[in-house]
Amino acid sequence: MSDEHIDEVSGISTTGHEWDGIRELNNPLPRWWVITFYITVGWAVAYTIAYPAWPMLSSATKGVLGYSSRNDVKNELAAAEAAKGKYAAAVESKSLSEIASDYALREFAVAAGGAAFKVNCTQCHGSGAQGSKGFPNLNDDDWLWGGTAEQIQQTIAHGIRFASDPDTRLSEMPAFGDIITADQIAQVSAYVASLSGKVRDATLIQPGAKIFAENCVSCHGDKAKGNRELGAPDLTDAIWLYGSGETAVAVQVRAPKHGVMPAWIGRLGETKVKELAVYVHSLGGGE
Amino acid sequence: MLDKTQMERLEAKAVNSAKTQQPLYAPRKKIFPKRASGSFRRFKWLVMAITLGIYYLTPWLRWDRGPFAPDQAVLIDLANRRFYFFFIEIWPQEFYYVAGLLIMAGIGLFLITSTVGRAWCGYTCPQTVWVDLFLVVERAIEGDRNARMKLDAGPWTARKLVLRVSKHAIWLVIAVATGGAWIFYFADAPTLISEVFTGTAAPVAYVTIAVLTATTYTFGGLMREQVCTYMCPWPRIQAAMLDENSLTVTYNDWRGEPRSRHAKKAHAAGQRVGDCVDCNACVAVCPMGIDIRDGQQLECITCALCVDACDGVMDKLGKERGLISYATLFHYNANMMLATAGGSSSINPSLVRTAVGTFCDQAAYFHIRKIFRPRTYVYMGLWSLIGLGLLYSLLTRDRLELNVLHDRNPQFVTLSDGSIRNGYTVKLLNMIPEPRTIIVAMQGLQGAEMSVVGSDLPADRFFGIAVEPDRLKMLKVFVRQPAGEVRHAAQTFKFRVEDKANFESDEYTATFNAPEIAR
Repeated sequence: MSDEHIDEVSGISTTGHEWDGIRELNNPLPRWWVITFYITVGWAVAYTIAYPAWPMLSSATKGVLGYSSRNDVKNELAAAEAAKGKYAAAVESKSLSEIASDYALREFAVAAGGAAFKVNCTQCHGSGAQGSKGFPNLNDDDWLWGGTAEQIQQTIAHGIRFASDPDTRLSEMPAFGDIITADQIAQVSAYVASLSGKVRDATLIQPGAKIFAENCVSCHGDKAKGNRELGAPDLTDAIWLYGSGETAVAVQVRAPKHGVMPAWIGRLGETKVKELAVYVHSLGGGE
Repeated sequence: MLDKTQMERLEAKAVNSAKTQQPLYAPRKKIFPKRASGSFRRFKWLVMAITLGIYYLTPWLRWDRGPFAPDQAVLIDLANRRFYFFFIEIWPQEFYYVAGLLIMAGIGLFLITSTVGRAWCGYTCPQTVWVDLFLVVERAIEGDRNARMKLDAGPWTARKLVLRVSKHAIWLVIAVATGGAWIFYFADAPTLISEVFTGTAAPVAYVTIAVLTATTYTFGGLMREQVCTYMCPWPRIQAAMLDENSLTVTYNDWRGEPRSRHAKKAHAAGQRVGDCVDCNACVAVCPMGIDIRDGQQLECITCALCVDACDGVMDKLGKERGLISYATLFHYNANMMLATAGGSSSINPSLVRTAVGTFCDQAAYFHIRKIFRPRTYVYMGLWSLIGLGLLYSLLTRDRLELNVLHDRNPQFVTLSDGSIRNGYTVKLLNMIPEPRTIIVAMQGLQGAEMSVVGSDLPADRFFGIAVEPDRLKMLKVFVRQPAGEVRHAAQTFKFRVEDKANFESDEYTATFNAPEIAR
């Protein structure tokens, strides 16, 4: 800037830059601003030395502080586990009834069970535990194998018709298509459907009741109220796993479908199964 | 009386003077404001005492709210999400009251700025108040302007070291007290102060004190006017709010120019002579270090200390006060027209005076009428409207509230007897610091009954429940309707809560879902 130019109007020197006769005034930055700017530059350089930053051929520089976001996550998970530790230990050592009577512990178990449910159970039972055809709704008050917390725990732990678990809940309805005639199936289906609703042909009910008494009462009971020891459903209520009405019943009588639920004890362990039991019990149908 | 021509000239120069050559990067030009005295200075002392008093003392005021709420008059209880202001308690969802107050503050600022200019900057801005306070300390220790300039220019002697160290030490004490006072708004002050001194307060308290100490010390002691000029957006915004009827601190060059240090001589020589004796007193007292005679400028915070300084000089010279004064652009222009004979000549101060030397009738600085103009009516109207709206809302607000969340997954459950069950999360808000018994009842939804999960209450269409003082009670409620009563796939009904003792109630219209086939 040997030939310094002073703007006539403002009396301020110009930078020497000129565009179409317009000159740029030299209005300097305040010193504190400049110092702050250099500090941030220094900070940025120091930061790249202290923390992982520069990409190299296979990875990036590690940084002298040894920071890694992966370790951060590990530490945070460990801290979360430690925070849960007290409650998790209590869930492990206490019985289900003890857990139910301790408000804070029950809240913890419901939350932990809810989380485990989302990961392990929603695939069949749905995210709201509402089930679907062939997969029971866990919100209602109808239980095939019992609705107390202990019974639920047993079901979750050992599964239903899960061959590799010796303690699994086991039952099988015979395929009556091979045992009785098609007419008899129509009659017994009409009888069963009549227990909870209307049927098309009322004349089928009477012979159907006879067939029911001969073939079905051993498992479903003489009042068709079911038997939880055997997982035999109550046929008089409004809840039907494979659909309600004569046709759906007839299909199930002829060649029954049997759902399978895996045993979870080996995979999730005692504590998680307990938490799941508390959660399922809390959904509104628990006994 | 002093010889008018021999008024002492102070060596003072405006830092933003256009004549000053500037290097590529501008170092800060040190400012040594001289102590001013006069009516504006007295007013500023008063404002300073009041604002600092409010800031430091408010957390220590007590207010009895009964056994279930804190007794601190002003408390921002972040941990429990409550804000207490004397007789008002605000929950987070009522934050619009604070938003409303901020809007009122904004419009109030428009109003103030459009009438009396940047009064916020000059008198009440914390930056101004604290810089003023820091300057008091500086003057007490290092002396007034000349002594400070001499000390600053002089070599580092033992005396200078002692003075400087004690000045900065006192500044730091003020800064710590400022940061310290802030935290008391967020917790019970008497408890917190003992915790702070015993080292048992929360880390965030110490961090807050440290940060505010640093900002107070840096902004108030070291950066001062630079904060206003470079960092603060307000000067730009406020400048846009001024109009020709707003009062600003003005150098009345229509009576001051041509300025002359040797008025008598110039007068004798037949030259025009204005009232300004070019003593620079106005520059010397300016905390921003500017020369008001350069006209309205961004840096001017309108603290009016130059008015005091100039009035003092005018008194000594036996001239009318108000060479520098609060004036509107409207009147300034009118006076200017007089002094320049309608713009036809350069300033001739004798034109605004009568033969006997007093100002002629047309010359004026300001008239109270100028405050009342459409613009200020609009601001006042808006301000009062929002204020009244907030007040009405505050006086009629609910202290018992009901919120209901309908379970969405599943929306409904069919039970074994065919009845339909819906789940609801019911939240009862008891917003007064007293325990209450609330009656929760259903209206509509024929035949349906409620049951509360986790309680022994029998299923019924209403139940009573105790709610803790100043707390939210969350209930899981199952509503069950017999199969025969279900009318539609989506029926509406009402939850109603009532506090019989306080005659308060609230309602929530909820939906009851059922499968299509249940109809």
